Amino acid sequence: MPLVLFWSFALLMLGFGAAVVINRNPVASALSLVVCFLGLSALFMLLNAFFIGVIQVLVYAGAVMVLFLFIIMLLDLRTEELRRINWLAFAGGVVVSISLLVQILAVIGTTKMARQSFPALASTGVDDVRGVGLALFQNYNLPFQVIGVLILVATVGVIVLSKRELR
Amino acid sequence: MITLGDYLTVSGILFVIGFAGVLLRRNILIIFMALELMLNAANLSLVAFSRFRLGTNGMPDYNAQVLVFFIITVAAAEVAVGLAIIVALFRTRHTTHVEDISALKF
Amino acid sequence: MSFLPWIALLAPLAASAVIVLFAQRARGLSAFISVTAVLVSFVCSCLIFVNRRIAAPEIPWIEFPGILRAPIAFTLDQLSRTMLVVVSGVGALIHIYSLGYMRDDAGKSRYFAGLSFFMFAMLGIVLANNFVMMFIFWELVGVSSYLLIGHWFERDAAADAANKAFITNRIGDFGFMLGILMVWAATGSVIFEDIIPQLWRFTSNPAFLTISVLLIFCGAVGKSAQFPLHVWLPDAMEGPTPISALIHAATMVAAGVYMLVRVGFLVQASPDALRVIAWIGTITAVMAALIATQQDDIKRILAYSTLSQLGYMIMAVGLASSEAAMFHLFTHAFFKALLFLGAGAVIIALHHEQNIWKMGGQGRNLFLTFVTFGTGALALIGCPPFSGFFSKDAILALAYNRNGAIFAFALFTAFLTAFYMLRLLVVVFFGRPRSPIAQSSSEAPTSMLAPLFVLALLTLLGGFNFFAGRFLVIPREREMAVLVPALALLAMLAGAGIAIFVYRGCTTDPISVRALRKKLYVDEFYAWLIDNTQELLARISAFIDRWLIDVGIIRGASGGTWGFGALLRLMQVGNLQAYAFIFGLGIIWAIYFAVFR
Repeated sequence: MPLVLFWSFALLMLGFGAAVVINRNPVASALSLVVCFLGLSALFMLLNAFFIGVIQVLVYAGAVMVLFLFIIMLLDLRTEELRRINWLAFAGGVVVSISLLVQILAVIGTTKMARQSFPALASTGVDDVRGVGLALFQNYNLPFQVIGVLILVATVGVIVLSKRELR
Repeated sequence: MITLGDYLTVSGILFVIGFAGVLLRRNILIIFMALELMLNAANLSLVAFSRFRLGTNGMPDYNAQVLVFFIITVAAAEVAVGLAIIVALFRTRHTTHVEDISALKF
Repeated sequence: MSFLPWIALLAPLAASAVIVLFAQRARGLSAFISVTAVLVSFVCSCLIFVNRRIAAPEIPWIEFPGILRAPIAFTLDQLSRTMLVVVSGVGALIHIYSLGYMRDDAGKSRYFAGLSFFMFAMLGIVLANNFVMMFIFWELVGVSSYLLIGHWFERDAAADAANKAFITNRIGDFGFMLGILMVWAATGSVIFEDIIPQLWRFTSNPAFLTISVLLIFCGAVGKSAQFPLHVWLPDAMEGPTPISALIHAATMVAAGVYMLVRVGFLVQASPDALRVIAWIGTITAVMAALIATQQDDIKRILAYSTLSQLGYMIMAVGLASSEAAMFHLFTHAFFKALLFLGAGAVIIALHHEQNIWKMGGQGRNLFLTFVTFGTGALALIGCPPFSGFFSKDAILALAYNRNGAIFAFALFTAFLTAFYMLRLLVVVFFGRPRSPIAQSSSEAPTSMLAPLFVLALLTLLGGFNFFAGRFLVIPREREMAVLVPALALLAMLAGAGIAIFVYRGCTTDPISVRALRKKLYVDEFYAWLIDNTQELLARISAFIDRWLIDVGIIRGASGGTWGFGALLRLMQVGNLQAYAFIFGLGIIWAIYFAVFR
């Protein structure tokens, strides 16, 4: 059962991930990205990371993608008109991407650890929020605060950038 | 059986899809989305490792998940700032096409 | 202990410093200071000469125990006492003469400062008791000579002559320095007295000794204007005439001879070097005398006669007789200064006309000058009883005893000397005036004539035993040969007779030998040589500098950096995705190296 679930969600995610890149219409890309993130969130849950999965849905599929769509609508982007494709650059991009993929797969293929399955957990309860929370507030309290400051700075930055006078 | 390698493979493929998107697409918004794909690919492998290498109490390694949490947060902030920059750019250049934005070359 | 030598040495230096620092504008005062200083020097020198027990305090200067010791100290033996009196005495006379000669010169202060400085340097050479000190004063003499030859520096000829003198001297001085270093290397000392007991280190290695003596001789060749470095002296006549008399006749050019006599113990230790020295002297004597027969400039004739007489002295040194060399130096200092000062009086009387063919008949107009000049000329050609007869005879006798070939040449030179001096006398002082200026010439002022008479007196007395014997050891050979004075007199009379016969009543030169007029093409040869060696070398180094260093290294470095930058700039296409592409390539490359290798 988990095997079926894993492969179906993985293929869903990869398929829509590819759709993000392939789609000519930005809105379609953005919506594909939402589906891709939902698949990813499901994969997180399969890995017993329920909290991260929920966050993924809330932050990415919810907030971030809404922002994306909002901007797409704001800029009124239509389907990209066909430009003359620079075939040399295209071929170069493909070659680099494929060689990177080959390298990644080769690394995974040659690692013994990659062939092991996941060990069983001590308890199958849904209390990973507690674990993450404990780690976050006990071990990573300062980075957590710093992240808060970062978000504040980002907010201020966005407001400054969006002001018209700055043009 | 699902192995660690399966997850990592999926993560790697997703990463390369994102990288190809960055290299091949000309629309800066799509490039931005492809960047998000790459970030999430990294997140997936982190969570897979967290599940694979259990802590002493037999539970997943929550340090990795904290890292994922941070990445998501930073990514959200990055998206906000990035999109603001794109909007500002669009206002001045009236384009989202990267080939039209070549101010990096003096 | 006495400070007299110090006063004698430093008085002219002080005068020079005071003039340069304070009295540049006050021309009369400068002259007064300078003359006072040289008189102080002269008086001190006389006192030193009279009191034989004087020793001056020495100042330690360079002290490396066991390696090098060069104090500032004085040698006060018979030789240096005599030289001291001669140098300061002739110097004093020429200072006084300069009062008249340079009366209206705009650069009078500069001239007297230079003259005093020269006196300081020359006295330093005479007094030096070690090679280092001597070399320093040697160079100072060169500097002051340069300054004084170039006194009228606004004239190109004078400036060029000054440069020529300095550079030519430098060539000789370089050899001198190497010689000093070799002597020091062999004996471990530069002090003359300390070298003598160490001489056995030298004699065990004759080749080394010969080379070092010849190198030291190089210094004398430069300073005493011997062949092949003689070219500067005739040109140095561009300087004021008193300078020609003082520096280029009586004292400075004699410094080379004095130096060789001073280190005579070294020179005479090497027979091979002696042979070379003797022949260089002989060549110079004959060659200069030959050239002198065809010159038209009164000062140039005297300059070549100086060369010729210096050749005699060097010849004597080369024949291992310091006494004969010093005797001739002693008499020559008087009569050559006299001749130059007399020539100066003629030149002044004729408003700076130096061509003898535009003179003539001056015996009537300038009678006093004629008498004194004639005395000097008779001394120069070796006419008894003037001093030149005795000293030249000493050298001739020496040559007769030691080397027949050299004796023949010396005799021939004596013949030529008589010929060109009589030519000069006949053309300048007899016959009719050949130019309007020569017609209306009148006698020079007293300040110029007085030194002439003093020098004429000294010329008359200088050769006699009762006078010269107080100053010098009169060489023995003089009494031995009877044949030699007879031959010398014969040569002198023949030369004089032929000259009178040929030049009597002439208005232009009846004899013209192109090669001699062109000074045997030595200058041309040097010009050619320099063109083909130094200029070639300069061109090669210019090529290396311009193309290898400038273009190759300097522009190469800048151009290489620029080109590399331009190449790198090609990568900066400005396209975001091109950067991403390159970034990706870099990552792939890094992974390849990190994981798969």
